[in-house]
Amino acid sequence: MKLSEFIKKSNFEIVSEGDNTDTELSKVFCCDLLSIVMSKNPANSVWITVMGNMNSVAVCVLTEGGCIVLAEDISPDEVMLQKAKQQGVTVLKSSLPVFDTGLIAHNILNA
Amino acid sequence: MLKLYYDLHIHSCLSPCGNDDMLPSNIVGMAALKGLDVIALTDHNSCKNCQAVMELAKEYGITAIAGMELTTSEEVHVVCLFPSLEKAMAFDSFIHKKLPQIKNDEKIFGKQQICDKDDTITGTEEFLLINATEINFDEVFDVVSEFGGIMIPAHIDKSANSLISNLGFIPPDSRFACAEVKHTGFLDKLTKQHGYLKNCKIISDSDAHYIENINEPVHYIYSETKEIPDILNALKQKSDSDEF
Repeated sequence: MKLSEFIKKSNFEIVSEGDNTDTELSKVFCCDLLSIVMSKNPANSVWITVMGNMNSVAVCVLTEGGCIVLAEDISPDEVMLQKAKQQGVTVLKSSLPVFDTGLIAHNILNA
Repeated sequence: MLKLYYDLHIHSCLSPCGNDDMLPSNIVGMAALKGLDVIALTDHNSCKNCQAVMELAKEYGITAIAGMELTTSEEVHVVCLFPSLEKAMAFDSFIHKKLPQIKNDEKIFGKQQICDKDDTITGTEEFLLINATEINFDEVFDVVSEFGGIMIPAHIDKSANSLISNLGFIPPDSRFACAEVKHTGFLDKLTKQHGYLKNCKIISDSDAHYIENINEPVHYIYSETKEIPDILNALKQKSDSDEF
């Protein structure tokens, strides 16, 4: 499924829409420790995290992730927002916990 | 007792997220211009620009402490300050071995530049410095003490990379005597939630990654002298004359 379609179906709030909405998404990945994400985040993934800082954007770019979904109603800080826009990374937001957010994303990708 | 205006959490161009203008002359020059008495250079997981900043600070007549912002395995940030450059560099070597061997991608994370006191770039750090080290939070006190240093959990009120946000609480067997907050306005609330802080010296630093963000001479500590060991001692002791 393309990221653009995922955004529509998920109803997650769009924090920043990147330039990669044509990306074909691969799978859901949940983790907050960036050092693990850096080595494990699958390419084109929907990465669910509570880490709303600029390093998350950098790690998403490095791992070629599909998008970031901030769970638990976490808001990105100002620097993250700037970086996401600069780097063209799509950042979404959900008020649900990490698991529930991941489950929704998983169900959409596997419908 | 001397009243010293401080900023003990400043990044240089060695931190990937630190602006390339964070060169020793700019950092020390700005600190002197603002009227700070004591600063500390605390790059992520490295002390390799401390020598340049300390040498320059001496010329400007301000005290610069060699420090590091250590990232624990839980990605909690801890400011570590050392009594001498030698101790800091020994700690630097020790920590460098505890970093994951992931190379920095400058285009994504930013440059990690090492420089001398004339701002000449003398090298770059190869491994990405913002990564988590193998040191657990509960080990930090002993590890830093071995090198004569003190630990100060960084920006504990922030929602990312702080002791409280990442662990969720202050471990009751903690031994640190000083903690750093970003915004002092929430201190009462924070202390009510986390009783451990009642017995802590509280400081507030800039965590500057850009030159303009270095603290104004607002926050102060009292110390016997401007010598580093006395300042570290002052940071370990809560007193009635504390700002917070």
